[in-house]
Amino acid sequence: MTELLSLGFLQRALLAGIMVSLLCGVLSVFVILRRMAFVGVGISHSAFGGVALGFLLAVDPLWTGVGFAVLVALAIEWVQTYSRVEEDTAIGIFFAASMALGLVFLHLSRTYNVDVFGFLFGNILAIGPKQVVEIFGVGAAVLAITLAFYKELVFLSFDEEMAWVSGVPVRALRYLFLVMLALVVIISIYLVGIILVSALLVIPGATAQNLTGHIRSMVIASTAMAVGCVAGGLWLSWLLDFPSGATIVLLLAFLYLLTITVPWLRSHLVKA
Amino acid sequence: MAKTAVDIRDLWVSYNGVPVLEEVNLEIETGKYVGVLGPNGAGKSTLLKVILGLIAPTRGQVQVFGEAPQKLRRRGEVVGYLPQRPLGNPHFPVSVLDVVLMGRYGRVGLLRRPGPQDLESAMKNLERVGIPHLATRAIGEISGGEQQRVFIARALCVEPRLLVLDEPTVSLDACAQDDVFELVHRLKEELNLTVLMVSHDIGGVARHVDDIVCINRRIHVHQAPPIGRLALESAFGCSVEYLFHGEIPHRVVKVHDD
Repeated sequence: MTELLSLGFLQRALLAGIMVSLLCGVLSVFVILRRMAFVGVGISHSAFGGVALGFLLAVDPLWTGVGFAVLVALAIEWVQTYSRVEEDTAIGIFFAASMALGLVFLHLSRTYNVDVFGFLFGNILAIGPKQVVEIFGVGAAVLAITLAFYKELVFLSFDEEMAWVSGVPVRALRYLFLVMLALVVIISIYLVGIILVSALLVIPGATAQNLTGHIRSMVIASTAMAVGCVAGGLWLSWLLDFPSGATIVLLLAFLYLLTITVPWLRSHLVKA
Repeated sequence: MAKTAVDIRDLWVSYNGVPVLEEVNLEIETGKYVGVLGPNGAGKSTLLKVILGLIAPTRGQVQVFGEAPQKLRRRGEVVGYLPQRPLGNPHFPVSVLDVVLMGRYGRVGLLRRPGPQDLESAMKNLERVGIPHLATRAIGEISGGEQQRVFIARALCVEPRLLVLDEPTVSLDACAQDDVFELVHRLKEELNLTVLMVSHDIGGVARHVDDIVCINRRIHVHQAPPIGRLALESAFGCSVEYLFHGEIPHRVVKVHDD
């Protein structure tokens, strides 16, 4: 273990991972309660277009990725509000179009040496000191905003109409939440990649919901699980020489399955 | 205090060019208990939502206690509301007390947490609707009738002058329906509320309210009770269930022209 922590890149991965998982743990609860699992998938895949645009323009793909993901998130919400298109349809269209756009950008940029695979599936070696600072900056801001509007976010998730009547700025908060999702998706890219990041936004909350019936303990359980799985996944991946993002996601999925199967087995064994 | 609680003048509401409400003029006096009746799709909920400021009128003017609903909403302390389906997710992980406390959020405001006086108000209103013993239970665990009481308590936490209820008795059994009507009637007297209630339950409404608004895109206002069959039928546009008079409940069926 000491040997593990003495490795610079693993230290940075762990630091970034803890920040990212803290955020994902908290936001995941709202993603589950607001039934936005597919929104998370849509936004994260859309980020690919932005990242590829970064390569094309030769700027930091993190920032073009942020811009793109935020834009797509707002577009999904806007289309849903002002047209007859259902949310899942809008997401289905936007995320495929964004990925296609990303491929075209990559083709135009003619930089074949970029680590596309790393962006798609995560590459902790890409987490340098600069990335750690970026992740902490964005992460701290999102965490602070989430905690500041925690009470309104719960109200909104529970009963949007009543929240509106009570004077809660519902529309602004809906947009804000999507922007925060987009930001978290982007800062998670190095750790788990575009394809896998939605797992961090869905599984911790879903698992916590299986474990507890109160929202406060759900937030705690979800966050603890996210942090535990990211740290545990990084350690396991180093031990087994597995890809780190995939190991983290598999660990999350394994725990989720446990929370379903253990109560099921228990109730059936008790009956038998 | 303003004599008129709700003042609607020449209100038109359309969705995608299709009129839902036409030429609605309605004045509700402060302190009245008003029932809103009408068939499905008649614009009952739309009327409530315009009054709440959830929907903007296509044409016309709406004032609640002399102010525009949109402006009133931001104060979060005038109108208490019970939506038609207040519990979208029955497994939502909150307690009864948490739900009632949400009624305080408008008063508490952004970036602040509910304090002891908010907790006190929530408990007081749970007592008012007769279920303080359920405070720590999960909202999904209690019965439908108890849930409606929780949502009424939440609406009361706003300390409203106008209480708006959208079909509070739908999906309740007969006894629980009657309990809700009784409870709202008692609260109205106790707290000096103006009450506006949409319902399908013609009998229940007619027993308790001062005025009945029949609505089918256009509106008719009646003194209640009794309210005539013809008046109801003209609003519903077809024969209606008519169960609340005579000793034996019965249904009046008549073929109508259109």
